[in-house]
Amino acid sequence: MTVSRRKFLKIVASSGGALVASGVPLAPQAQARVSTVLPPQATGLLYDATLCVGCKACMVNCKTQNSVPGGALYKSGWPMPPYENGDIKLNNGIWDAPRELSGKTLNIIKVYKNGSAEVKDRAINGYAFFKQQCLHCVSPACVSVCPAGAFRKDPVNGAVYYLADRCIGCRYCQLACPFGVPRYEWDSAWPEVRKCQLCRHRQAEGKIAACAEACPTGATIFGKVLDLREEAKRRQALRPGDEYPFPIQKVGARETTLRPIAHYTDGIYGLVEAGGTQNLMLSGVPFELLGFGRNIAKYDLPRLTWAYIAKIPWVFLGVFVGGTAIYKMTHRNDKEG
Amino acid sequence: MIDMTRFAGQKCGTLLNKLLDDSISEHLGIKLVTPLTVVLVFLLLLSVPVAGYRLLFGIGAASNLNDSWPWGLWIGFDVLGGVAMAAGAFMIAGAVYILNLKKYKCIARAAILNAFFGYLLAAISITLDVGRSFVIWHPLVMWQVNSVMFIVALHLVLYLSTLATESSPMVLEKIGWERGLNAVHRIMVGAVMFGVALSLLHQSSLGANYLIVPGKLSPLWYNKQLPYMFLVSALMMGFSMVSFETILTSKVFKHDVPHDVLVGLSKGILYTGTFYFFFKMYELLTGPGLALVFDDNLEGMMWLIEMAVGVVLPVFLLALPSVRRDKEKMFAADILVVFGVLFNRLNVSIFGVARYATRAGGDYFPSIMEFTLTIGMIAFAVLGFKLCAKYLPLFPDHQESAHPPGTASAAAPRAPE
Repeated sequence: MTVSRRKFLKIVASSGGALVASGVPLAPQAQARVSTVLPPQATGLLYDATLCVGCKACMVNCKTQNSVPGGALYKSGWPMPPYENGDIKLNNGIWDAPRELSGKTLNIIKVYKNGSAEVKDRAINGYAFFKQQCLHCVSPACVSVCPAGAFRKDPVNGAVYYLADRCIGCRYCQLACPFGVPRYEWDSAWPEVRKCQLCRHRQAEGKIAACAEACPTGATIFGKVLDLREEAKRRQALRPGDEYPFPIQKVGARETTLRPIAHYTDGIYGLVEAGGTQNLMLSGVPFELLGFGRNIAKYDLPRLTWAYIAKIPWVFLGVFVGGTAIYKMTHRNDKEG
Repeated sequence: MIDMTRFAGQKCGTLLNKLLDDSISEHLGIKLVTPLTVVLVFLLLLSVPVAGYRLLFGIGAASNLNDSWPWGLWIGFDVLGGVAMAAGAFMIAGAVYILNLKKYKCIARAAILNAFFGYLLAAISITLDVGRSFVIWHPLVMWQVNSVMFIVALHLVLYLSTLATESSPMVLEKIGWERGLNAVHRIMVGAVMFGVALSLLHQSSLGANYLIVPGKLSPLWYNKQLPYMFLVSALMMGFSMVSFETILTSKVFKHDVPHDVLVGLSKGILYTGTFYFFFKMYELLTGPGLALVFDDNLEGMMWLIEMAVGVVLPVFLLALPSVRRDKEKMFAADILVVFGVLFNRLNVSIFGVARYATRAGGDYFPSIMEFTLTIGMIAFAVLGFKLCAKYLPLFPDHQESAHPPGTASAAAPRAPE
């Protein structure tokens, strides 16, 4: 069986046309790539480790407030918040003892200890508390890698949230997140990815994030990202030992606590990490000692994969044009015969 | 042979009789019941309850994956490896249908079928790997073009259909449906081009998946050229897999392939392998530097094994004319390349991220169920290939190869010109 050249070209042209048509949504213009700009009204948290006393009230409130409909931990049929027994014997759900962020814990306070652990916020022979949770990247890797669009970034407050109905459970978000934040419900037959969603359901009601609401010392405060950046810079600019009225719950809150400024090291975490995050951190010991790796890229990660994806339509075009040309050349003699 | 018309009615029975007629492969002497086949069937059957258990009780119950190790054996071996092993199809199909290299026509069907099973293996494994297997179709309707995984999903589906189209003439010939056969032949060249484009993208996009983890994947494997490295190594793998499978079938089935076909494939491995070697070395020297390899760590060791055993040794061997004259020696070199590229995929997906994952507090060794399913999938691919070899005109006989290319069957009528 042979195909006449004219017919062949027609077939190639029509299939090529269909392809280009189907490739159109892949073109850069058609769908905006992940934005690298902070939404102007974006909200976030500032965690100042030097103020944290490790009471874990934020963890308690986080779990309670997120186990209601709309919350990031909510699952219909769960009678109570998903407490963890932390592999502790005799703890049959009597008290919550998470060890790590998990499918049941979105926010965790941990302690750093070194040597005799005498002085707070000192790297050597000292100790420090630190908080792990989603940092809400300005340009989130999880949003860009999700094949079904289950991760979204709120265009107004910038919270990175999750739509379980879309998720297929490929766990690419877990691989892609430079901070290792998204956690999976490994014990479920129909699992969800779990991470802090910046109390998006509470923000919709005009409330602030649950952890900031519960923090008694002002270690975690909620506010507009731009205000939080100002606040963090202000604290850094002061001399250690200076008295400073630290706001409680919210940046610029009337209620404050007057305390001396601690010795901050390492700058503000979250200004450049992974292209910037909406949650910011200040600490008295280097962030690397607290498990926030040094090797986190200082630029938005989605650009790495986008550079590849943007080439795809050209590959189709190249193969079809080049392939047709080559086909015509290589089959020239066959057709004459 | 059992007459199926007695069980399935006249129409269905005739069709089944035609399909189950193995006279077509009599000259190959394929026996269905051999000790190996029995073992393979057993392994395949073992994986069935594993798949069921996984679907019923979840990915966490079936695997040893955890939050630090979201991807494990099924992604590393079944998906990355299975797809790489399937690279031969688009290369041979492109060579035969577009470049018009007639001598490879005799292995085109086997290469395409081989790839079909490779992709099927990958598709089944990823379906079981995702936590919500029943909604794995979501990316096809919920497009998210920023995601390489979306690209992978779309391409997997499109390419499986393309491979099925490319393989369909075998079935259509067998049942003698000439109109269908004609239609497939008419779109064949377009389908091949589509397959080439999809494969170029698919092979590279598996590497592109890892572009987003500069902080997690060891710099021995991570670099901006990762997609292209995956592509080049897949080409190398494609040549050797086709060569491997050609020599293997010529050993176990009574069927012979012209020696210059094998030499051509070996030269393909030689050229792509040499390029791959220099590509890897260039990226290593301009990136993390040679010192990292000899830094006395697990990654360095793995990198060395991958490069020495999987790239340098086979390329060196195939550069020797004495090796290219000997089918057995080429076979050995093919096995080395296949091993090397599979090892590379495991390095990228498992060993290369081990340092990060371990620091994050995770430990991973595949569970019995993960191994069982992977082995079962391999058994499935081998068995499927064997069954197709027995019941389908997989190796066009000499009678057919006399016809001009594009002519897969003497039965097909010529299109009017």
